[in-house]
Amino acid sequence: MIRGNEYKQLDWQLILCYLILMLIGWVSIFSAVYDEEHGHILDITQRYGMQFIWIVTSVVIAFIVLFVIDPKIYSTLAWLIYGGSLLLLLAVIFLGIEVNGSNSWFEFGPVRFQPAEISKIATTMALASLMSGYNFRFKSIEGYAKIALIILIPMAIIVMQKETGSALIYGAFILMLYREGLSGWYISLGIMAILLFLITLSSSPFVAVIVLTSIMVIARGVLSRRAIVHLLGLAALLPLMILSPRMGDIPAISQKIDLPDVFWLSTIIVPLLLLHIISAIKSKFKLYQNIALSFVLAVILIFSVEFFFERILKDHQRARIENLLGINVDLKGAGYNVHQSKIAIGSGGFWGKGFLQGTQTKFNFVPEQSTDFIFCTVGEEWGFVGSSFLIFLYLFMIIRIYNLAEKQKDTFNRVYGYSLASIMFLHFFINIGMTIGIMPVIGIPLPFVSYGGSSLWSFTLFLFIFIRLDLDRRK
Amino acid sequence: MAFDLGKKNILILGVIVIALVFLVQLFYLQILDEEYKVTAENNAYRYDVRYPARGLIMDRNKKILAGNETAYDIMITPYEVKPFDTLDLCNIFDLDYLEVRGKLKEYRKNRRRIGFQSMPFVKQATSIQYTIFLEKAYKFPGFSAVSRTIRNYPYNSGANLLGYITEADTSFLRKNPEYRRGDYIGKTGIEQSYEEVLKGKKGHNIFLRDVHNQVKSSFADGKYDLEAVPGMSIISTIDAELQQYGELLMRNKIGSLVAIEPSTGEILTLVSSPGIDVTKLATINKYYSELVNDPLKPLFNRAVMSPYPPGSVFKLVNALVGLEEGVLDSDTRYSCSGGYHVGRGVACHPHPSPTDLTRSIMMSCNTYYCHVFRNIIDNPKYSSVTEGFIRWKEMVESFGFGKKLGTDFPAEQGGTLPSTGTYDKIHGKDKWKSLSIISLAIGQGEIGTTPLHLANFAATVANRGYYIVPHVVRGSPDTLINTEYREKNYTKVSTANFEKIIEGMFLAVNSPPGSGATASRVAVKGLDICGKTGTAQNPHGKDHSVFICFAPRDNPKIAIVAYIENAGFGATWAAPIASLLTEMYLTRKIERKDMEAFILQGDLIGNTTVR
Repeated sequence: MIRGNEYKQLDWQLILCYLILMLIGWVSIFSAVYDEEHGHILDITQRYGMQFIWIVTSVVIAFIVLFVIDPKIYSTLAWLIYGGSLLLLLAVIFLGIEVNGSNSWFEFGPVRFQPAEISKIATTMALASLMSGYNFRFKSIEGYAKIALIILIPMAIIVMQKETGSALIYGAFILMLYREGLSGWYISLGIMAILLFLITLSSSPFVAVIVLTSIMVIARGVLSRRAIVHLLGLAALLPLMILSPRMGDIPAISQKIDLPDVFWLSTIIVPLLLLHIISAIKSKFKLYQNIALSFVLAVILIFSVEFFFERILKDHQRARIENLLGINVDLKGAGYNVHQSKIAIGSGGFWGKGFLQGTQTKFNFVPEQSTDFIFCTVGEEWGFVGSSFLIFLYLFMIIRIYNLAEKQKDTFNRVYGYSLASIMFLHFFINIGMTIGIMPVIGIPLPFVSYGGSSLWSFTLFLFIFIRLDLDRRK
Repeated sequence: MAFDLGKKNILILGVIVIALVFLVQLFYLQILDEEYKVTAENNAYRYDVRYPARGLIMDRNKKILAGNETAYDIMITPYEVKPFDTLDLCNIFDLDYLEVRGKLKEYRKNRRRIGFQSMPFVKQATSIQYTIFLEKAYKFPGFSAVSRTIRNYPYNSGANLLGYITEADTSFLRKNPEYRRGDYIGKTGIEQSYEEVLKGKKGHNIFLRDVHNQVKSSFADGKYDLEAVPGMSIISTIDAELQQYGELLMRNKIGSLVAIEPSTGEILTLVSSPGIDVTKLATINKYYSELVNDPLKPLFNRAVMSPYPPGSVFKLVNALVGLEEGVLDSDTRYSCSGGYHVGRGVACHPHPSPTDLTRSIMMSCNTYYCHVFRNIIDNPKYSSVTEGFIRWKEMVESFGFGKKLGTDFPAEQGGTLPSTGTYDKIHGKDKWKSLSIISLAIGQGEIGTTPLHLANFAATVANRGYYIVPHVVRGSPDTLINTEYREKNYTKVSTANFEKIIEGMFLAVNSPPGSGATASRVAVKGLDICGKTGTAQNPHGKDHSVFICFAPRDNPKIAIVAYIENAGFGATWAAPIASLLTEMYLTRKIERKDMEAFILQGDLIGNTTVR
């Protein structure tokens, strides 16, 4: 409970950003679904009218979180909340309604609610509670296992609801874990895996292996402090690798064997790899072993890409990725959304077309324009200036939350803060990334801006709990 | 880690990098890449073009030479086409079924590139076809009609002069990006020179459409719709009736007839024969290949494009130069015994001898001008033949010969004048003398003048020493377009010297028969025609028949050249034609019915060996 003048110490910068983002969202939704018959921005038969209600109720929620609820209950009740959220997640599969092919929504009269949104907060609290525990040891099998379980259970249920996009968001926790002690190798490995996956798909395993080898040689060079030697070696190696399939052209050889390019490549790489492994074992330098291990894992990944892509991904997911990579662009099908979205944003120009002047979003060229593709409206009507402003706003908020989180004395608060910033960041990254065509289409909302009550409510809750926790540090 | 930033800062760095990637991509999409903006316009708006009425072309008395009438273009918006009864559509517009099928297939193949654009499907449908189409329009989704104005020509004359309008072709569109496919442009003649004035401004109605491709509403209640601005009308300098009469006279003859009002430089009549038939002009595309392949080249405007030897007409120029250079006077006499017998020599026709200046013009003595020309070139004032020639050329050029006059008529050619280089090449440097180039004395040899040059020369003599650049357009109803056509261009010959040759020109026409005058048969009492005949040798057959004249002698109202290819003596065909035109212009009627009948019956096309 806040008493006296303590409210002055709240982080008003974050609160201001929050209010501005909600306002941008409201105005954009108004623009996106505007039509002359329902001209009033408070007309609740329309989405902008409803969004106004969500905004007002969100402010009420924020107020309650700040001034009414004792922040101590979050760590106390964390497990209860987590358990409750799991129950809701399960219940929705059986009791919820189906929207766009996924069973993730509860419907109460006019109000729809997605438990997956709340589950992010609950999972954060559970993790924070676990990791702030007195006798918790992160770097133990037990510690890893507990963390993995807490994250994977809700993820699995959400995948069962066919909400793959929302499930992906749980990947953001890896950023928090990195701060709490997870080795940077895992993140690097993750980023590299995605990179290699994309390269393999868009060109070939041959190219991917060359890129991978180059990365590894550079990494080793940086670590060994003999960078120049390694770079020179790489310069010599690259043409060799690229030209290796030409060996098949040598008449004496080509008559006997006919192999794919990658096998020719391996004749160059395998000896190098063995050399590296021997020196790694000799020097007992752990990072060298990591390099070798990463390399092997990555090669396995490269050769399983096709299997994963063709067998595990669903048709629409595959189409979205193919579209992003320009492999198989279908502007009427999978590529339609992104193409229209890019047209809308691109047509905004530098200053934008002005409020309500957007033609692309207003006339339904862009699907989901008030929810997942709300950024189009901003891009079209407010141009490069407006889009940049929005991006800076997020950038500012995320950085600020990371900085505040770092300052927390209490582990629970710190873990909570890092999780919040990371989840916001991933939403921001995926959502805006897909509207401007650098990420595949993954249907998740833009925090505070996209239309929708449950998203706005839960992000409000998520953010203001942190603001309230942060206040305790300042007192 | 080897370089320790602190894990928090590494995370923040990652966030910043992503934000920067976003900004770069936004910069690319929103500022660098134009494609998305264009696509957006195609996406959401539907522009229905409103075509402006083209400006009228009127004659000097505001009679309409080129007017407008309505035709209909049937437009197709491939995106909106749904399966329809192809045969029915073919019947309405008299189209070939297979051709239509092929066209539709083509559109389907390119539909993404075409987007929501409309393009012409049937051009210039008649109003009857249009009415039938309207009744059945509901059966043909994706087709619509746009009204266009096409030309009509109340006067049956002036086709080559007016030029025609046609759909802009690809090479034109590439050079003039402000035009769109399907726009009409002026080609040749006044239509081309005054395209900017005549074309007007296109307008458009804007409609918004939604993703289902339905027109949702008139955009912003038509606030941004643009009315078409009709093109400005043009008043030409042409006299419609005189033009029509000139074409009548030139029928079945190959050549040109040009009349200029000397005091203003305004072109009254400009006939190139054979020309385009006006009835084919409005729908010229149908006849285009026929016209192009016609061996008589009706599309070729001889009056401004064809360089001819001027023949004896050019003697006047040499006389003027001689007078100005002081090597000739009114009293200078030379005798003629059937030719000039120096070197290869130049023959002359029988006539009383010796002659003074006036009578040399009247009787067109070749020998006289050989003397004059040699005196000009070999003038002891100048150190060499070359210098004398350069001086001569300077004087000749001041009449506008050998260069484009700068008329507003397109495709004007400059003709040719020889230079010292020309002769150095033929004879070797400094190896030539006045005798080597003696043909120039009588307007033959290495000289080419267009009929327009000669008409301009006639006007210059009429003005006693200056010309105003001949032009075909006076202005629009409210403004003068051509203020630049006011300036007097003086020749290097003084006014007094002009009077001396005009006497000869007057006598050439107005001497009694039997006096040896070359054109006495075309004299008209009271009109005081002053003229000079020419009979130009050429390698294409019979001599060209040439006549220049102006009338009346004092305050001339009209200056004319008639240049008839392969028609023989100047006095036989060119002089009567020019004099009839003069008579028509000055008196508005023809008294000399027998001469008129003779000319109208003359068919000289067979004289020309088609080349």
